[in-house]
Amino acid sequence: MNQLPLITTTEAIDPVFMFIFGACLVLLLGITLVMLFFVLRYHRSRSPQPTSQADGNLWLEIVWIVLPTLLVLAMFWYGWKEYLVLRTVPKGALPVTATARMWSWEFTYEGGKTAPKLYVPVGKPVRVELVSKDVIHGFFLPAFRVKRDVVPGMSNYAWFVATKPGSYDLFCSQFCGTQHAAMVTTVEALPEKDFAEWLEHGPGGEDKGAHLDGKQLATAKGCLACHSLDGSKGVGPTFRGLFTSQVTVMKDGKSLVVTADDAFLKESIRLPAATIVDGFPPIMPGNPDMPDEQVTALVEFIKSVK
Amino acid sequence: MASNAPVHHATGSSFWNDTGKTGITSWIFSTDHKRIGFLYFYSTFGFFLVGVLLGLLLRIELMAPGRTIMGPQTYNALFTVHGVVMIFLFIIPGIPGAFGNLVMPIQIGARDVAFPRLNLLSWWLYIIGAVIVLTSLFSGGGAPDTGWTFYVPFSSRTGTNVSLAVFGVFIVGFSSILTGVNFVTTIHRLRTEGMSWGRIPLFTWSLYATAWVQILATPILAITLVLVMAERIIGAGLFDPTRGGDPVMYQHLFWIYSHPAVYIMILPAMGIISDIIPVFSRKPIFGYKMIAFSSVAIAAAGSLVWGHHMFTSGMSDTAVMVFSFLTFVVAIPSAIKVFNWVSTLYKGSISLEAPMLFALSFILLFSIGGLSGLILGAAATDIHVHDTHFVVGHFHYVMFGGTAFAFFAAMHYWLPKFYGRRYAEKPAVVAWALMFSGFNILYFTMQVLGMQGMPRRYYDYLPEFANLNLVATIGSWILAAGLVIMLVNLFRGLWWGVPFEGNPWGGASLEWSVPTPPPTENFIEEPVVTHGPYDFNGVER
Repeated sequence: MNQLPLITTTEAIDPVFMFIFGACLVLLLGITLVMLFFVLRYHRSRSPQPTSQADGNLWLEIVWIVLPTLLVLAMFWYGWKEYLVLRTVPKGALPVTATARMWSWEFTYEGGKTAPKLYVPVGKPVRVELVSKDVIHGFFLPAFRVKRDVVPGMSNYAWFVATKPGSYDLFCSQFCGTQHAAMVTTVEALPEKDFAEWLEHGPGGEDKGAHLDGKQLATAKGCLACHSLDGSKGVGPTFRGLFTSQVTVMKDGKSLVVTADDAFLKESIRLPAATIVDGFPPIMPGNPDMPDEQVTALVEFIKSVK
Repeated sequence: MASNAPVHHATGSSFWNDTGKTGITSWIFSTDHKRIGFLYFYSTFGFFLVGVLLGLLLRIELMAPGRTIMGPQTYNALFTVHGVVMIFLFIIPGIPGAFGNLVMPIQIGARDVAFPRLNLLSWWLYIIGAVIVLTSLFSGGGAPDTGWTFYVPFSSRTGTNVSLAVFGVFIVGFSSILTGVNFVTTIHRLRTEGMSWGRIPLFTWSLYATAWVQILATPILAITLVLVMAERIIGAGLFDPTRGGDPVMYQHLFWIYSHPAVYIMILPAMGIISDIIPVFSRKPIFGYKMIAFSSVAIAAAGSLVWGHHMFTSGMSDTAVMVFSFLTFVVAIPSAIKVFNWVSTLYKGSISLEAPMLFALSFILLFSIGGLSGLILGAAATDIHVHDTHFVVGHFHYVMFGGTAFAFFAAMHYWLPKFYGRRYAEKPAVVAWALMFSGFNILYFTMQVLGMQGMPRRYYDYLPEFANLNLVATIGSWILAAGLVIMLVNLFRGLWWGVPFEGNPWGGASLEWSVPTPPPTENFIEEPVVTHGPYDFNGVER
């Protein structure tokens, strides 16, 4: 635990919440009680005629300009100061790349291991590099008070540290299309030893040499958010009965009918924009760098969905 | 309209019939500011009801986790349409178009606005834009599913009918600009004798500040929407990072308009409240100059705070600091207004009739919305609640609890004057109580959900959020029940109720000095103003 930074993101942010909420509560109660008192005390039944025609008071105006100004400036400064904690990554943080696409997350560690969940060691700060393959997504960890947009073509980052082992929600916070609400995964905080063990041998997106489970892969990569297994029409064509079926596609601006064979499926995974099946939007992100064995595993899986 | 003709004032005729024309064309081609005001009133309020219906459907979907009544694509389209309809077709044009047109020229002693035909054109542009927006829902790739913010690159990729929808909003924008030009000119040039700047009612002052924002900010929205269309139709690539564009630039352009736009939405509402509270307290408004000045200050400073929508976007930390600072600056004039409104009650003679109840609840709801805005203005805390239900709750507190409640206050306060008939008081109070409670159950719960981390625009959510979502949905039904009672009571009264004659609220501004309902061109003889709008000496009630 010796790497624990001076302050965690949660420890930095929560006191700011307490300060602003506290001040707001006092102000709201003040306004409400004074208003209620006036309404009851000066109600027409008790006060048939107004007893004052005062239309202003310079000193009161000065007081209620100066005091709120000081208060909000304090809020501004405190908020800005603690915001900087979110922006300052502690030294020695574990680098992880989060790749967002419609509609899944993939986390890549040094050495190339990938996983659909964000596994982190307890007590060690993690620096997450945010990469988008398509539209703007949002990397949101409520438990750590951390959020940062994942903007295509832009280098954004966030950091956090888990102080206790456990599973924490990770949401996409920036609206990104049909399955936005399904773009949810978790941070899995493991004791440091378990994390090292997981990094070496644990289940990830690609097991070295082991037999790849196509269904697991399709779930992890987010394929199933758009491609159903039961024949229902989603954002993309269903996988059910897809293999060897005849599909009408647009290719190079021409409409033609092709058979969904091995080669067609492989191309559609790698470069989906090349042939768009009629009636579906051209929105699937490409996977030109996906390892061959993963593509093969996915195709085998698609063949099995009948 | 003819069948609902109101009672005629003792002088015999009013703008409803004194031109001798009552057919539909005498309305949709009228240049009378009051008829145009009613065109705006019924069209914007109609869209408000459409937006409410969509909102209720969204809440039913969110009543329980998983699919309840619709799929994710439908849900995404519905929240987009709810936002577009409510913001561009109701809140922005609503108060200036309806009550600004009905009341403002009379308040300054004018026979009409400066450019009556331009005024009619504004309404036509609004209706044409609205029809285009509606067409986009049922044509092409279907209703847009981008959220009312149309963020790129998603909005340039989605197959839904975004281009047509933003074109409709583009046209509606021109209506807003022209109304702004018209009102600024009217308030500068058409004030009657004695109507000095220090005697202008605060509702008109707020319209004046709003009009400048409409003129200066709306063109930027128009340009931005053209760029979105260019992106989609000719693939301009301005916002596309794979071709050297920048999606965050779009967000700057969008919010340069859309943040000032929330002041277009709230300032006229604050003006209504500033006019109602003195009348029902029988006391001059406290701090007239400060309230008028703070409207202008909000309009000016509010134009410089757009970046607070983008603290997580990846813009520089320096920009975050500057925008956070300016955001807190704009909180101060809003606070000034609240303190002055409350002080107006002091030693007054307060009667809690429906307009006053809505006005007082405006102060509370706007305060809750404004104070939760401080959480969003501070950089550290905004990060956690940004893009969550906290923002949805905050926004509805200021826009629904603020602007729409002020709209309801104005309906109960001014519409009887223009119809010459009144509603029943008791059902109005019951409706208000239901709406006020349902409102808080709905939106306060949303703020709690946001604090717990529930993101916005989520069709489905984790089980941990289920209980509070159910509570919020029940709140939406209470709110809707109150709304129905309010509408039935109000319109039954306005169309068939007992006569509303003279000056029953005891208002001191000029609109209460003209016949009820007012004649075409408002004044029988040119008025000469000798006292301020909140000087109740000699005003009977």
